[in-house]
Amino acid sequence: MASKEVTSTDEFVKGLWRDNPVFIQVLGMCPALAVSNTALNALAMGLATTFVLLMSGLSVSLLRNFIPREARIVCYICIIATFVTSVDYLIMALSLELHRALGAFIALIVVNCLILGRAEAFASKHKPGRALLDGLGMGVGFTLALLFIGVVREILGSGSLFGVAVFPDGFQTWTVMVLPSGGFFAMALWLLIVNRIKQKQAATAKTVEVTS
Amino acid sequence: MSDASHWSIFLNAALVNNFVLAYFLGICPFFGVSSKLETAVRMGAAVSFVMLVASVCAFLINLLLDAVNAPYLRIISYILVISSTVQLVEMLMKKISPTTFRAMGIYLPLITTNCAILGLALFQTNRGYGFTQSVVYSLGAGLGFALALVLMAGVREKLELNEVPDLVKGTAAALVVAGILSMGFMGFAGLGR
Repeated sequence: MASKEVTSTDEFVKGLWRDNPVFIQVLGMCPALAVSNTALNALAMGLATTFVLLMSGLSVSLLRNFIPREARIVCYICIIATFVTSVDYLIMALSLELHRALGAFIALIVVNCLILGRAEAFASKHKPGRALLDGLGMGVGFTLALLFIGVVREILGSGSLFGVAVFPDGFQTWTVMVLPSGGFFAMALWLLIVNRIKQKQAATAKTVEVTS
Repeated sequence: MSDASHWSIFLNAALVNNFVLAYFLGICPFFGVSSKLETAVRMGAAVSFVMLVASVCAFLINLLLDAVNAPYLRIISYILVISSTVQLVEMLMKKISPTTFRAMGIYLPLITTNCAILGLALFQTNRGYGFTQSVVYSLGAGLGFALALVLMAGVREKLELNEVPDLVKGTAAALVVAGILSMGFMGFAGLGR
C-alpha cells in the first residue's frame, strides 16, 4: 500500500474534493437530499454526521486489533449506533425545534453508507490519528456538499438564506425546490458542475502531457 | 396508538409519501439497481420482503423495550435484528435461487445498511402503529419502493438508447429522471388522507 507516502494534509484534503463523499463517490445520498431543504438543516445534519464519522473512526481504529474479522461489520454497526444515539439525544437537548425538523433522519445516520464505508475501508486499517483526519476530511466534505445543495434549495425555494430574505418582496419562490423533487434537481445541478470541472481538469492534464 | 385506517396507511406509504420519491430513503439501491428492469423487479421484491420482516421484528422489539423502559436502545437493537434478518434472506436466496443471488451482486448485503428498512421501523414506532397497522404499512412501503424502482428502470432502459451528452450521462441523468418522477408522485398528495 502506498499510504506511507500520503501526507497527513492529503488525508484531510482528499475528502473535500477528490473523494468528496457526495459529489464524487455518491454515498450518503439519502440525508443529503432529504434534509437539505434549508441551509440550516443541511448544516446541522452535516455536523451531526461529521461527529459520528470522527468518533466511530477513532473507536474503530483504536479497536482494530481486537475486532475479529468475521464479526467486524456487526461491531462497526454497534459502535456507530452508539454514537448516533448520543447525537440524537444531544440534538434533542440542544434544540427541540431542530430535532423535529430533522426527524428520523438523525437516527438514520446509522445507515449512512459513508460512515460504514469509511470504517471498513479506512479506519480499520490505519492508526487513530490518520483515521481522525480522514473522518474530519470526509465529514467536512459531506457538510459542504449538503450546504451547497441546501443553499441552492433555500434560495430558490424560499427566497432566503439561513432564514434571512435575499430577494426583494416581488420574488416568486420556486416551491418545487423545497419539495422532494427539488432535492433531486439541485443535486443533479451540482453533479453537472462537478463533472464539468473534472472534464476540464482532465483535458488540461492531457494537453500538459502532450506538450511536455 | 394511531387510529388511521388500514387502507389509508397503505395508500399513504405506497403513493403519497413514497419512501424513495418523497422521503429519499433507499436512494443507493434505487440508483444502483435501476438500470435494468429485471434486476429492479427482483430488488423490489427483496426489499419488500425484508421490510415486512423488519416491520414485524421492530414491533416486537419495541414492545420489549417499552417493557424494560429502555428507549435509548432502540436504534442499536433495530439495526442488529434487521441486519441478521437480511443475512438470513441472503442465505436463503443463495440456496433457493443462485441466479438471483448473482444478479443482485453487492446490493443484497447493502439492504442491511438501507435507510428504507430502518426508516420504516422508526416511522412505524414514531407513529405508534399497532401490529396490523405496522404490517400494512410495511406492505405499502415495500410496494411503493418496488413501484418506484420499476418505473425508474423502465425510464432508464429507454434512456440508454438515446444520445445523452457525456456530461449528463449516469447519475446526473438518473437524478433528473427521479426528480420528474417525484414531481409526478406529488400528484397523489391528498389521496387516502
